[in-house]
Parts: sequence; C-alpha cells; structure tokens
Amino acid sequence: MKNKNIFLVVFFLGGSSLLANGEPTVADAIFAINNTWMLVATFLVFIMHLGFATLESGLTQAKNTVNILFKNMSIIAIGILTYAVCGFSLMYPGEFNGFLGFAGLGVSTGAEGLTPAYNPGYTYWTDFIFQAMFAATAATIVSGAVAERIKLSSFLVFSTIYVALVYPIVGSWTWGGGWLADKNFHDFAGSTLVHSVGGWAALVGAYTLGPRLGKYSRNGKIKPILGHNMPLATIGVFLLWFGWYGFNGGSVLSADPGAVSFVFVTTTLAAAAGVIGAMGTSWIISKKPDLSMILNGSLAGLVGITAGADCISPMYSVVVGLIAGAIVVVAVIQLDKMKIDDPVGAISVHLACGIWGTLAVGIFSTDYQLGTQAIGVGAYALFCFVGANIIFQVIKLVLGLRVSEEEEILGLDIGEHDMESYAGFQIFTVE
Amino acid sequence: MKLIIAIIQPEELPYIKEELLKKEIYKFTVTNAKGQGKEFPVQEVYRGISHEITLLKKVRLEIAVNDEFVEPTVEAITKVAKKDGDKGRGKIFILPIEECIRLRTGETGSTAIG
Repeated sequence: MKNKNIFLVVFFLGGSSLLANGEPTVADAIFAINNTWMLVATFLVFIMHLGFATLESGLTQAKNTVNILFKNMSIIAIGILTYAVCGFSLMYPGEFNGFLGFAGLGVSTGAEGLTPAYNPGYTYWTDFIFQAMFAATAATIVSGAVAERIKLSSFLVFSTIYVALVYPIVGSWTWGGGWLADKNFHDFAGSTLVHSVGGWAALVGAYTLGPRLGKYSRNGKIKPILGHNMPLATIGVFLLWFGWYGFNGGSVLSADPGAVSFVFVTTTLAAAAGVIGAMGTSWIISKKPDLSMILNGSLAGLVGITAGADCISPMYSVVVGLIAGAIVVVAVIQLDKMKIDDPVGAISVHLACGIWGTLAVGIFSTDYQLGTQAIGVGAYALFCFVGANIIFQVIKLVLGLRVSEEEEILGLDIGEHDMESYAGFQIFTVE
Repeated sequence: MKLIIAIIQPEELPYIKEELLKKEIYKFTVTNAKGQGKEFPVQEVYRGISHEITLLKKVRLEIAVNDEFVEPTVEAITKVAKKDGDKGRGKIFILPIEECIRLRTGETGSTAIG
C-alpha cells in the first residue's frame, strides 16, 4: 500500500509541470500519451542497429564479422554523440536562411521544453533522442557497402564527419524548415533524408574503395562472395522491419490514432509487397528463388514507402512496394555489372529505393508534385555525392582507405582487431 | 602416382591455386588445419589480456598427381614467395600412392589420377 502511494505521488509530480494548478487536464494526458509513443518509437528505431549488425554479418564472410560488428557498434555511439554536440542544432536551427543554420552547441532546454508548449507531441528531450536515432541509422547504411575492405580508422573518420555535418545540414533543408520545406517537398520519414543520404555515401565509398579482391575478374566474370550466415541475415531483416514501425510510426510525431495506424498499414503492405516484388523479379531472372534477394526486397519496400507512408493510400503502397522489390533486384545485378561491389546491397536498397520512394510521393499522392520531389532528390544527390567524394578523397590521401591485400585475404578480424568472431570453429577464410 | 601434401600459410592459397592452374593442375583438396612450425608464438589481445597463440591457422592442400606432374606441382607451390624472415611458409610432403580409383567410372591407376 505504501509503495502504491509513493508511486502515485511520483507519477503526478513527474507527470506534468502544469500540475502546479492542480488536477492533470485532458491536454496533459494526451501529451503524455503522445510522448510515450514517441519514446517507444525511439527505441524501436534503436533496435534497427541490431538489425543492421546482424544483417551485415550474415551477408559477409565469417573472417570479417568482428570488424562488421565493431563498425556497427561504433556508429550508434558516434551518431548519438555527434548529434548531441552539433547535429541536432544543425538540423533544427530554428529561424535560418533555409540552407545552413546552427542553434548552438550541445543540447539543453528550459522548463518549457518539458511541456506541450514546446510541442504537443513530445518534449525537447524526446525530440532530441528520437531524431538522434535517425541520424545514427543514416550513418550505418554506409558500413555495409564498404565492408570487408575498408580500414577501420578511415571508416570511423568518414562516418563521424558525415553524420556530424552532412546529414544534419541537408536534413535542415526539409525537416528543419529549410528551403525544400518551403517548396512543399515531402519526405515523411526519410527515404531521402536518411536512406538516400546514407545511400549516396555508400555508393561513393564502394566505388572509391574498389571491389573486394577476386570479385570481378578481368574477363568480365563476377564471382559471388557468399554471406556466411543466412539465419543472422534473416534475423536482421525482421529486426529492421520491426524497428521500422517506430521509424515510420514515430515520424507522425504524435500518437494520433488515425495517422499512426494508417502509417503502420502502409508500411507493412509495402514491406510485404517488396518481398513479393523481389521474389518474382529474382526468380524470373535467376531461375532459382534467392533468399538474400527477398530479404533485400522487404527492406526495399520499407525504404520505398518511407517518404510517403502518411500520404500514399494502402493500395498504392502495395504498388510502391512491388516496384521497389523489382528495383532492388535489378539494381543489385546492375551494380555488379558496373563493377561496383556492394556486399550487402546497401546501395540498391537505400539509394535506389530511397529515390524511388521519394518520387513515388509525387506520383501517388495528390498533395505533392513529382517535379518538386525530383528537385529534392537532385539537391540531396548533388550535396551528398560531392560531400562524400570530398571526404573520402581527403581520407584516402591522409589515412589511406583500404586494407592491404594480405589483410583482406586473411580477414579484417585478424588484421584490424587481432580477434576471431568464431574462436574454436574452423572457418574457411581463404579460397 | 604421388600424393603431395602441402601445409601452407592461408593467405598464400589463392596465389598457389593460380600457379597450379597455370601448370594445368586442376584437382586438389583443401582443408583447414592448425599447426606449429618455425613461427614464434603470436601475441593476441582479448579483453585486455595479452596471450600467446602457439597453434596457428594453416591450410592443407592435398594433390594426387602422376609422377610427371610432381615437379611442376612443387614448383607452383614454392614459386609463391613470401620473403618474410620470421614466418615459415610451411612444408611439402610427397607420399607414394598405392592405388587410385575414380568412383564414377571405376578407372584405376594413372588414368584415374587424371
């Protein structure tokens, strides 16, 4: 009984700073519900990092698994911390010229930041932490495309600069109320702002690094380098799908029942359609149903609907997902033909389908224009492509980008970390 | 007919394979192995503790050849040079084969070795 009383007191005291006036109001309750959903969405997005870690591990070789996991673990840390130091302020600068603004170093708020006066959907802290999870997600997309041959130090430097500066600056153009927001460019949950931003860096990284040894031979033959753990890859995709309910559901920025439930449905339909789209496309092209393709397919559908989950109808969500599933398969095959080595299909999923999803908003929603969507796609393409190139080239000059040939053959686990992921197991590290 | 067993450093396998293909040696078996040789124990660090690994990863290559292919095979393997003073490159053992049988056709002897 005593415990229950203490709980009630703490609950009411902590519940709202409006409480000075007495009973909590309906507005307080709605604020609490909104904020709670936003925090749930926050840790749903967080778990996507486990999804990325397991998916990338599963689709790459066992001799590089420690390195993959290390990169994934570092990225969440770097993403969150840089967002706290400067990212949040760059992305949401308040009043600014629309292109570049800064609200000051660090994160802090007054008492008003804890109330609906800041925002009816969430407190300042919720706002920060929810957005911080998104930033880290954009950064981790790159790690898959550069896997198995990038130097760890170079990767960490690149990621820090990219997530601290490039991601939030271009993010401010839309979500921060910048020039693209003024044009009515729409990216609901980040097909462009998160997935394409990560995707461009992934593309630049993959071709600047060059392909893995032995992947493309001089006479044009492509050698598949097999992922070592399909169960892990599948776990990763299901975790990513699971987290996407927070990624899209939380982008409603409140617990509005109509909006959030609608987004859950469009998101799910697109993911399911992505599986089928990829299944059909890959089965026809390759004659055999490929698990890694349908895994990528579900993610393709998810990325594809991310820009328009709030404004594309359920029926059209299926269409968006089906086409995304087809796009990802074609993109994977095409990138290989162009000798751009992407071990996990990050470029195909996040860049190709991110662009598709953004344009799809203009095609399938009457509220937004295809032309404006295209302008947005182009603007992000230019800035991110050029930005990533500059950063990678400078790092290549100063630090070097790629591990030595011997290290690549032996495996980055030994070369970069002096560790084994599967100590005690016999794994084939060379062919 | 001879069975050539080579214990090699893992990172040399792709290059040795290339050399063997050049000499038209296409048939061999590869297994994982662990061994000790000339190398000094290797230091690794795990969770803050430095420790010595004495059994190191190797690759065992087994190639069954007719007598005229023994020298090319040995040449192909030894050509992949690693002039690293501290690290041994392994050993080659040549054993006589009493009989060889191709399971698909039942052929024996030199034709079975192929």
